[in-house]
Amino acid sequence: MFASFMTDTWLAATIVAVIAGVVGFFVVLRGSSFVAHAVPKSAFAGAAGAALVGVSTLAGLGVFALLGALTIGWLGRRGRHDVVTALSIVLMLGMGALFLSWSSEYAAETYALLFGQILGVSRSDVVVTAVLAAVTLLAVAVLFRPLLLSSTMPEVAEAHGVSRTRVELAFLVLVALVTTTAVPVVGTLLMFSLMVGPAAAARALSRRPSVAIGLAVAIALATVWGSIAAAFVTNWPIGFFVGTFAAFAFVAARVASATARHRQRPPAAAGLALEPS
Amino acid sequence: MSALFAPGFFSSSPVHSALVAGAVVALASGSIGVLTVIRGQSFAGHALGDVGTAGGSAAFLLDVSPLWGYLVAAVAAAGAMELLGVRRARGRDVATGIVLGAALGLSALLLYLGTTSSTTTGATVTILFGSLFAVSSSIVPLVAGLGGGGLLVVALLYRPLLLSSVDEELAAAGGVNVALVGTVFLVVMGLGVALTSLVVGTVLSTALLIGPAATALRLTRRPGRAMLAAGAIGLGATWLGVLLAYDSYAWPPYHHGWPVSFFVVTLIFLAYVVTDAVAWSRSRRALRPAPELEAAG
Repeated sequence: MFASFMTDTWLAATIVAVIAGVVGFFVVLRGSSFVAHAVPKSAFAGAAGAALVGVSTLAGLGVFALLGALTIGWLGRRGRHDVVTALSIVLMLGMGALFLSWSSEYAAETYALLFGQILGVSRSDVVVTAVLAAVTLLAVAVLFRPLLLSSTMPEVAEAHGVSRTRVELAFLVLVALVTTTAVPVVGTLLMFSLMVGPAAAARALSRRPSVAIGLAVAIALATVWGSIAAAFVTNWPIGFFVGTFAAFAFVAARVASATARHRQRPPAAAGLALEPS
Repeated sequence: MSALFAPGFFSSSPVHSALVAGAVVALASGSIGVLTVIRGQSFAGHALGDVGTAGGSAAFLLDVSPLWGYLVAAVAAAGAMELLGVRRARGRDVATGIVLGAALGLSALLLYLGTTSSTTTGATVTILFGSLFAVSSSIVPLVAGLGGGGLLVVALLYRPLLLSSVDEELAAAGGVNVALVGTVFLVVMGLGVALTSLVVGTVLSTALLIGPAATALRLTRRPGRAMLAAGAIGLGATWLGVLLAYDSYAWPPYHHGWPVSFFVVTLIFLAYVVTDAVAWSRSRRALRPAPELEAAG
C-alpha cells in the first residue's frame, strides 16, 4: 500500500482532499451542491473530447469545467438557478456522449474518468495538481471575506459594494479549478461527494467558519486516505469508498451533534469520534 | 423526401419502438417536469436520475430490464431524501447531495462488479448515456403503463400539488396534507426520471425532465398550458432526435451513427436558449418589471 508506485497517488489525493474541504465549506454554506455536482460532470465531456483530439486530459477537464461554470453563470443571470444548472449539465454531458461515441477509447477509460482510479496518477499529475491547488487556496484567501459575507448575508454584502453576480462568478470559477485538480484521482462523479459530504458534516458540528473549514479538511483527508487504503486492499473502485465514507461522515456528524445538543455539551467534544475509517 | 428521411426509416422496427416509447416518456415527463420546476426541485430530479445509475447497474448484474432498476432505486432514494429532510428548504440541498453522493459511490461498485463478472463492456456507457434504439418492443407496453400511471397521479393530485408548490402554509390551512403530497410527488418524480433514463440514459434524463418544462414556463405561466407545451416540446425534440440519429449513419466522421441522446439533449437546450432570448427581448420591449420575469423561471 505504501510502495513507491503509490506515493504519487497519496500525494495527489492529499492535496485534493485539502482543497475539496476548503471549497466544500463554501459550497455547503451557499447551498450550491448542485453547482458542485454540475461542474465536475461538465468536465467529464472535456476529458472525453481531449482523448478524441489527443491533447492532455487535464487540459480538456480544465476547459470544460470552466465552460460549464461560465454557462451556468451566463444563463443564471436571468432564469432560475437550479434550472439553468440542470440544463448546462446535460448540454455538456450530451457532448460527452457524442465524443465517446466517436472515440475508440475502451469503456474502462470512461469508467475511470467517472469513478476515479488510484493507480493512474503520475508524478507530472501531482505537480499540476499541486500548482492548481496553490492557485485555488490563494484565490480562496483573497476572496474569503466577500465570499463569506455574500454567502451568509447577501444584502449586507451588496450594501458594502460586494457584487452578488461577481462573487457568484468567482465562486463558479473556483469550483471549476478544484474540479480540474481533483478529477483524475477521484473521478468526476465522486469529486462532488468529497466536496459536499465532509463540509456538510463539519457544518453540523461547528457554526464557526474557521473551525468548520478545519474540520471539513480533516474529514475529507480521513475520507480520502481511508478510501485509498480500502480500494487498495479490496481492489474495488475508490469511488465507492469515497461516496460511502463521505455520506457516513455526514450521518455520524448529524447524530453526534444531535446527541450533543441533547446533553447540552459543546458539540466539538463529540467531534473526535467522527473520522470515518 | 429521402434527403430528410433516410431510406428505411419508416419500416425499421427499432425506430417504431423508439418513436412510441419516446412519445410516451416525453408526454409524461413534460407534466411531471413542470411541477418539478415550479417546486424548485430540479436538483432532486437530477439526483434521482443519477441514483438510477446504481439501480440500472444492479439490474444489469441481475440480468433484468434496467427499467426495474431505475424505478426501484429512484423510489428508494426519494424515500431517503425525505428522511434526511429534503422538504425543509435549508436542508434540502445538502440532503439531496448526500444521498446522491452515496448512490454514485454505490453505482461505481455495481458497475465495476458488472463489468468484471461478464465479458460485455458496454454496460457503463449504455446505462449512463442510454440509447432509444435499444428499447425493445416488448417493454413498450410497460413504459406506456408507467407513463400513464404517472400522469394519472398528477391529474388526481393536480390542485393540492400546485397549491402546496406555490404556498405551503396556505395549502396546509386549506386542509392539504403537505408532507404526504410532497412524498407522493417525489415518488412520481422518481417514476418520471426512470422513464426518461430509459430514453436518454441516467445522466441525461434531466434534460427531458427539466428542459421542456423550463422552456414551456418561459412561454406561458399557466401550469396547465405549460404542461401541454412541455409535452409537445419534449415530443418534438425526441422525435427529431430519433430522425437525426437515424440519418446520422451517413454522416462523418465514422459512419456508425451519432448517439440519439446527443441530439435530444442538444435540441432541448437550443429550444430553451431561443425561448429565453425571445421572452427576454419581448419583455424588454414591453418594459415589464424584472422581478416578474424572474419568477417565471
